Amino acid sequence: MIYLDLLFTFLKIGLFTFGGGYGMIPLVQQAVVGKGWLDAETLYQYIGICESTPGPIAINMATFVGSSQAGFWGSICATLGVVIPSFVIILLIAAVLKNFRENRYVNAALTGIRPVIGGVITATGAYVFLKCLIANFDVLSDMHADIRQIIVAAMLGIGMFVWCKLLKKKFSPILLIVFSAVCGIIVYGL
Amino acid sequence: MDGKMKRCLNLFGTFFKIGLFTFGGGYAMLSLIEHEAVEKQKWISGEDLMDIFAIAESTPGPVAINTATYVGYKQAGVAGSASATLGVVMPSFIIIYIISLFIEQFMALTIVQNAFMGIQVAVGFLILRAGLRLMKKVPKDIFSRILCGGALIAMLLINIFAWDFSTIWLILIGAVCGIMAMTIRKAGGAK
Repeated sequence: MIYLDLLFTFLKIGLFTFGGGYGMIPLVQQAVVGKGWLDAETLYQYIGICESTPGPIAINMATFVGSSQAGFWGSICATLGVVIPSFVIILLIAAVLKNFRENRYVNAALTGIRPVIGGVITATGAYVFLKCLIANFDVLSDMHADIRQIIVAAMLGIGMFVWCKLLKKKFSPILLIVFSAVCGIIVYGL
Repeated sequence: MDGKMKRCLNLFGTFFKIGLFTFGGGYAMLSLIEHEAVEKQKWISGEDLMDIFAIAESTPGPVAINTATYVGYKQAGVAGSASATLGVVMPSFIIIYIISLFIEQFMALTIVQNAFMGIQVAVGFLILRAGLRLMKKVPKDIFSRILCGGALIAMLLINIFAWDFSTIWLILIGAVCGIMAMTIRKAGGAK
């Protein structure tokens, strides 16, 4: 049943998300693309929308994927799934395991988990980036540079340089997404 | 009982506001939560909040949910944590659900498709940036570097060749390596 599948998939994702919303993206990509729920491009579009709407990225993503697969109740199941592990674990820590932070096994495990998360998120970002810039990236015999995406990337690079270094303004993800949307409309519309 | 009900409603309202006005994920929430929970409502001290964030970072799940659950529990027990968590989740849920109803018609427009071709590049960049930031915080010892580099290469290969190997295993391997390293270090220190 799709509702249970959504609930358990997102339970598992919630249980292994470390390092904030971005830590969830590799897990969501594997689960959602692997199950054939969404193709990778659609997922990246969803991530773009989740980045530019308010609220935790993890909740936005769960609601979005759930709704795309099974409507309202699907989004309820996926969102519940991603919230329950956090909720239960934090309640346990607040109520019973007050010295959780001092536990040396927990700390030792975290010294191993943190570097892995850093590597995993970086690799996922690099993969998304490469997939954009190289057309047919998955088909070794037919991959070639996607000129238009490279132009968009160059425009983003120049835009960010001007914004952050020359104008000394603060970087914000939403601004970058809006700017990239304008670049896309210009480059692909012409 | 009446007082508790009131506190729960207040928690719900405050965290609803926090969920509604935070863009860019849990970490962006830090300053807003500080403003609301520490300065305005005086629910917890600044130090407590730092502790909560440390716990939220070392437990799985979205930082926003972890923090809401913890602050809610401190204020009004299990009912409080449920109110705060529901509050922080609801704005996201409603907004994204409404968007998801119209997404297909929206995506059918050529101009929107073009915009999203650009947005994909930005999404790749944002994920990469988040990863590099975390990597920068990784301690500079050999153990951490090998784990980090190993995970990076493994994940790239898994993605490129679409291997059926869950990221969850990489995380568990990291946890086991961390515990093993501590055990070895302790055994070495005991001699």
